[in-house]
Amino acid sequence: MSDRQPPVDKTAEDAQKDRRVPPIGTQTAPYQYYESQTRRILRRFMRHRLAVAGGCVVVLMLLMAVLANVIAPHDPLALETERRFIPPLQNKSFVLGTDEMGRDMLSRLFYGGRISLVVGIAAMFATIFTGLIIGLLSGFYGGKVDSVLMRFTDTMLCFPQVFMLLVLAAFITPTVTSIALIIGFTSWMEVARIIRAQIQYIKEQDFVQAAVALGASEFRIMFKELLPNAIAPMLVSATLNVANAVLMESYISFLGYGIQPPLASWGNMLTNAQSYFDLAPWLAILPGVMITLTVMSFNFLGDGLRDALDPRLRM
Amino acid sequence: MTDALLEVRDLVKHFPIRRGLLSRVVGQVHALDGIRLRVFKGQTLGLVGESGCGKTTAGKTILKLIEPTGGTIRYEGTDITHYSRQQMKSLRRRMQIIFQDPFSSLNPRHTVGAIIAAPLEIHGLVPASEKEDRIADLLRKVGLSATAMRRYPHEFSGGQRQRIGIARALAVNPRLIIGDEPVSALDVSIQAQILNLMEDLQDEFNLTYLIIAHDLSVIRHISDVIAVMYLGKNVETAASADLYKKPLHPYTEGLLSAVPVPDPERSRRRMILKGDVPSPIRPPSGCRFHPRCPKRMDVCDQEEPPFKETATGHFVACHLY
Amino acid sequence: MFQFIVKRLLQAIPLLIGVSIIGFGMMHLAPGGPLAVYTLNPTITAQDIERIKQVFGLDQPVYIQYLKWAYGIFTGNWGNTFFGGRPVLHVIMERVPATLLLMGSGMSLAVLIGMLIGILGAVKRYSIFDYLATTGAMVALSFPTFWFGLMTIFVFALKLGWLPSGGMFTLGGDEGVLDLIRHLILPTVVLALVLVAQWSRYTRSSFLEVIHQDYIRTARSKGLSGSRILFRHAFPNAVAPLIALAGVQLPWLFSGALVTETIFGWPGMGRLFVDALTMKEYPVLMGMIIVTAMAVIIGNLLADVVNAIIDPRIRLE
Repeated sequence: MSDRQPPVDKTAEDAQKDRRVPPIGTQTAPYQYYESQTRRILRRFMRHRLAVAGGCVVVLMLLMAVLANVIAPHDPLALETERRFIPPLQNKSFVLGTDEMGRDMLSRLFYGGRISLVVGIAAMFATIFTGLIIGLLSGFYGGKVDSVLMRFTDTMLCFPQVFMLLVLAAFITPTVTSIALIIGFTSWMEVARIIRAQIQYIKEQDFVQAAVALGASEFRIMFKELLPNAIAPMLVSATLNVANAVLMESYISFLGYGIQPPLASWGNMLTNAQSYFDLAPWLAILPGVMITLTVMSFNFLGDGLRDALDPRLRM
Repeated sequence: MTDALLEVRDLVKHFPIRRGLLSRVVGQVHALDGIRLRVFKGQTLGLVGESGCGKTTAGKTILKLIEPTGGTIRYEGTDITHYSRQQMKSLRRRMQIIFQDPFSSLNPRHTVGAIIAAPLEIHGLVPASEKEDRIADLLRKVGLSATAMRRYPHEFSGGQRQRIGIARALAVNPRLIIGDEPVSALDVSIQAQILNLMEDLQDEFNLTYLIIAHDLSVIRHISDVIAVMYLGKNVETAASADLYKKPLHPYTEGLLSAVPVPDPERSRRRMILKGDVPSPIRPPSGCRFHPRCPKRMDVCDQEEPPFKETATGHFVACHLY
Repeated sequence: MFQFIVKRLLQAIPLLIGVSIIGFGMMHLAPGGPLAVYTLNPTITAQDIERIKQVFGLDQPVYIQYLKWAYGIFTGNWGNTFFGGRPVLHVIMERVPATLLLMGSGMSLAVLIGMLIGILGAVKRYSIFDYLATTGAMVALSFPTFWFGLMTIFVFALKLGWLPSGGMFTLGGDEGVLDLIRHLILPTVVLALVLVAQWSRYTRSSFLEVIHQDYIRTARSKGLSGSRILFRHAFPNAVAPLIALAGVQLPWLFSGALVTETIFGWPGMGRLFVDALTMKEYPVLMGMIIVTAMAVIIGNLLADVVNAIIDPRIRLE
């Protein structure tokens, strides 16, 4: 039995209903065009398995850092010369072995990770803050301001970062805050450049002119119109910056000018490892693996974010 | 007659070209070289010309989005040519602009509600409690539903985005709206809708329009007075009907004859303009149109013709008159 | 062309001035001032310090000090070391050859291998090789250089005994070229790791961009062989932007060299820096910071000039 029915005579009212066009704006496009931007970005991100893996590891690392005192089986500072140099996987109580002073490696790695990550993230904030201000001012005002700021940026880029860090670290008393700050203040240049380029591009768009035509103040234009459109590159920069900051902290702590013992960071755990190579190679291997893993994860995460947020920037 | 809402006299805008080690100025782009415009309250002035004639620069300079190099701009009799940003702020409520590109004229990161709320917040026009109502009201006025305010620009079509742009311009209750090619980027059927909307709004709010366009059929539909520009100068200005019935300047004739007429019976003589529009960096001597003019005389490459009134309200710059 | 070089030179001058100001500023911001080694020493009386200051000319106003110091830098008088009073310039220059050798080999290795990997990856896009190379590059970028050095020492020197674990020559040996090369291998590889990763990524993307251009398609449709296209048509165009990469990598090259020299006991500038740090030899430190910054500026200048020679579009702008 078919669904078709013979045409029925329509009343005049029905005919009128057919002719009426629905008011503009109430017509909805087919559902598939209505994906919100966030969902689209997430979908693109999920396609990069490595980026997702990196993201998961990052979350795990952060959890480890936050919960260090809960999950660490021993006090990382507790040293006992009788338990020195226990290799990993040999002792149920010290799963990853002990170091040259008898301290538990696993706990040291947890607490060290907390320090290294705190430094990394704090440095990232310092970097982003500085780079943002300089990039924003440079891109928005152009002209002389831009010239001066970019010259300054170029000058700072001439100094190798490790050289600068070491000198600055030798000047200050090395605490977590001060180390984070000097790393931050030697890493902002790329961020400033990226933000400046983005701001310059956005400034050309009509909606910025519209804001000027509406009488918006410079402050409002900078922070409400331009800045929200620069968030994407900023996010990518921030992630990659944490990776670099963790790396830098490990460099200067390894050389003895960063985080000072007895406070542990992955970098300073490696300081004396070279002398114990024969006796206890795990002292050198383990912290390095943690650093590499962490930096790698942040790098993959950042790369994935970059692709997800703007496919045009793909390497 | 001094009751013109907007009066522009001898407006000049030159952009410097910089070259070399020390950014020496080697030339100027003559975007505007002394134009004259007058718009009366409730009227629509159409500004027409090909690309590069300076019409967009004119619109932006009048609104002081670009600083003029010379000339005067008078709004309601007040000379605003040298107004600072501070002084302009209160005037910004009186004059607004609608942009050509519906895709770049709205901030992709703001909701439609935020976009329309911006002018309300900048000028403190409504208390916070009434903001949402006012936005809904404006959206309805331009033919969109109030639910649009929670959505983002990318969810709308080109025509709808132009409506949002119009709503934003209306939010401050302006007297003058400059439309910088407001329908050029839209499909033809949508163009008609937007133009009709603009006319309805003009009646409802007693608006004055300065519409910039390159499409003559659009201009004809909506303008009371039409001003034709070429290479930064006025060429002919007349009431809409007069211009179409009796174009005086050869350039206007050429433009009009290029407009397609959907009537196969009608045979027409087309006046085809030869050559390309010259560069505004080094405009031709004398009358700027003379290299392309089919009615050229000897005097045309030596002297610039004055822009004068030949019949009531009909101005032309040509040595033929 | 000449105009271009002059223009770039003029642009480099404010950078040099900026670098010198920052260097000078840092020296004076050091706790204890530039004479920290004396002022922080409790056994030296204030009067002695005053006399020392006069000798070093540090009792004059800051800008005069700066000008004198800048003039000194310009003419090669970089002051003397605190311990031993040797001319700083000599002390630094002694170490330069060793570092240059290390940096040179590191960079060459990185460029060669990096470009090879990058080109192969671009030509065989999306293949297993490409995927491994891209991921591998990311991983390599994440290794702390010093740790990678430690690991290679552990594997190749301690466990396998193939290569020496440090130093530039074998002690008491004949200091021959072969000995040098044996000692050079590990540090070079370690230094080059991060650079290889960057070169492979940039080369790949540059080649990808060039390969998809229409003129390559034209060449292929004319029947030219793949390798001929690659070398005569694609390569020159893809290489131009990569030269800028070499300039950008210079600061990193110095940083990496410092770390590598420390691990391998390589007697270069990096090691000198760390030693000077321990002894608070500020003149040496400042001298080296200025040297490295100037080397970076000059390196970038050279890269720009080479780029302009290769790519006519740049010098005509």
